[in-house]
Amino acid sequence: MKIKSQKDFWSGLMFIATGIVFAVGALNYSFGSAAHPGPGYFPFGLGVLLALLGGVVLFKALTIEVEGGDRIGSIAWRPLIVVVGAVSLFGFALPRVGMVIALPLLIALASLAGDEFRWKDVLVNCVVLTLGCWLIFIVGLKLNIGLWPGP
Amino acid sequence: MDLVNNLMLGFQTALSLQNLFYALLGVLLGTLIGVLPGLGPVATIAMLLPSIYALDATPALIMLAGIYYGAQYGGSTTAILINVPGESSSVVTAIDGYQMARQGRAGVALATAALGSFFAGCVSTLLVAWMSEPMIVMSFKFGDAERFALMVLGLIGAVVLASGSLIKALCMIVLGLLIGQINTDVISGAPRYSFDLPELMDAEGIGFVVIAMGVFGFGEIIANLGQPAEKREVFTNKVTGLWPTKEDFRQAWPAVLRGTALGSVLGVLPGGGALLASFAAYSLEKKVAQDPSKFGKGAIQGVAGPESANNAGAQTSFIPMLTLGIPTNAVMALMIGAMTIKGIQPGPQVMSTNPALFWGLVASMWVGNLMLVVLNLPLIGMWVKLLTVPYRFLFPAIMVFCCIGSYTLKNNSFDVYMTALFAFVGYVFYKLGCEPAPLLLGYILGPMMEENLRRALLLSRGDWSTFITRPLSAGLLVAAALLVVVVLLPSIRSKREEAFQDAD
Repeated sequence: MKIKSQKDFWSGLMFIATGIVFAVGALNYSFGSAAHPGPGYFPFGLGVLLALLGGVVLFKALTIEVEGGDRIGSIAWRPLIVVVGAVSLFGFALPRVGMVIALPLLIALASLAGDEFRWKDVLVNCVVLTLGCWLIFIVGLKLNIGLWPGP
Repeated sequence: MDLVNNLMLGFQTALSLQNLFYALLGVLLGTLIGVLPGLGPVATIAMLLPSIYALDATPALIMLAGIYYGAQYGGSTTAILINVPGESSSVVTAIDGYQMARQGRAGVALATAALGSFFAGCVSTLLVAWMSEPMIVMSFKFGDAERFALMVLGLIGAVVLASGSLIKALCMIVLGLLIGQINTDVISGAPRYSFDLPELMDAEGIGFVVIAMGVFGFGEIIANLGQPAEKREVFTNKVTGLWPTKEDFRQAWPAVLRGTALGSVLGVLPGGGALLASFAAYSLEKKVAQDPSKFGKGAIQGVAGPESANNAGAQTSFIPMLTLGIPTNAVMALMIGAMTIKGIQPGPQVMSTNPALFWGLVASMWVGNLMLVVLNLPLIGMWVKLLTVPYRFLFPAIMVFCCIGSYTLKNNSFDVYMTALFAFVGYVFYKLGCEPAPLLLGYILGPMMEENLRRALLLSRGDWSTFITRPLSAGLLVAAALLVVVVLLPSIRSKREEAFQDAD
């Protein structure tokens, strides 16, 4: 068996797996009957449907020839890890050290995701964006966000 | 005249100082993000959703709507000047618009696009006002089964008309419906898929904003950063002579009329809206033109038609959203999300319970369009300058807004972590060629569909045939099935694939 379309092959697997997980998960909730559908009724049906549709995608990926094999291509690991990491760190830091530290941390870290990293630009970004956020979110919209490290 | 009274109420609302301000803010923001490639209206509206907590519902929706149609204007500016469509709906504008710019007629192309859009905006605003009432009257005849069938039709239609791979888009819808199941069941009160996390136990489960921001905001950033930076040729200094000549007018106006008509019709259809409208209008112009060989070499009709059509489509796509509570594209899904955030149950009752909101929004579209014409033509130089802002300044700013936005949703870190998770998921979708827009539609409609399905089954005592014995419901389901069958027909399939290949 040869994979004819890489993208579809992995999408198919993803849909099948997700569908099964949801369908199995739905078994924990009362299924009810058609006349009295319970909380598990709809998600179970959807999970099965997703797994079936995923099966069709997988089948097509293995049978229908696609020009160039529909390759997934190289994965942008650096932006992926940096962006996901920086956002998570920001979520962790904001309630603990406040905006004045968490924001520059986020901006500096995120800047590592691009091809070019220039200290001066990052510094400008930090100052302008932190100031801007303070003005918009705390002064303007009066949102309840800590500015400085504190309890 | 009811229509006149309603529009009067609408203009009273839309012309209040506060609402004028937010309409202006919306169209300016919309133009801005329309000009910037790599930042679309979906990501922007998602980014701004948290900030509307501080606003009233009417100004909030007026602003968000402004972003959507403002983006159509902005997108065409860059398409004409630098051959980079800021929005997907201006892809076809770039073909002839950029050629006009190279011939030194950038100003004429921009003016044609703006005036055509304005005309289309005026007509379609009237159309929204005029069509809304009959739609609502009809929808009150709907029971649970019909509403369920209508949502099925809406979802199917959305993917049939507006995405690449049909089967994968269907998968994404179902996945979206499933993600919408992570919540506390409305009928029995049982928490589902919560992993004992209290944050997942409310009626909404994973926040709508979280998904939209993660997938559309962050996912796009990762994808953009993964691509090498490109060099662009900019025609900033050559924008002179804005006013089209008599000959230009003579050629452009029939195209504007055709574009407006076609765009208005396509906007109402599920999956329609600006994108489909502009593509269809371009092919129509090419077909009816006396000299089709001019297309691709700077034909003014190639700018006037699609630009009028995308604006008309952007506006008439509000009709199903406002009257039935059914989103036809991702932006409308976000608008529904925004309404829910403001405590307004989307659906046919909005017009009677919040008439000022409803008609104010409709009237604001006309006001916003006027603002766009008056403001944008003189400001073109400034917008184009913005293009020189490097991405390394832009993407940290987007991230900052998304991060703060997701934190302030409920003032806790959980939503920020979830956004990070969906950023990863969004990138996976991008890599696997799975379009995220259908997922968002499914997610929005999921809880509503479940409720209607379960109530319909309850009423029919578990008899599934209720969906096909009730004529209206049966008709809607048959229409949905027909759509799928028609698309799978070989001849249409190849045409459709051709059309989407042009889009890439």
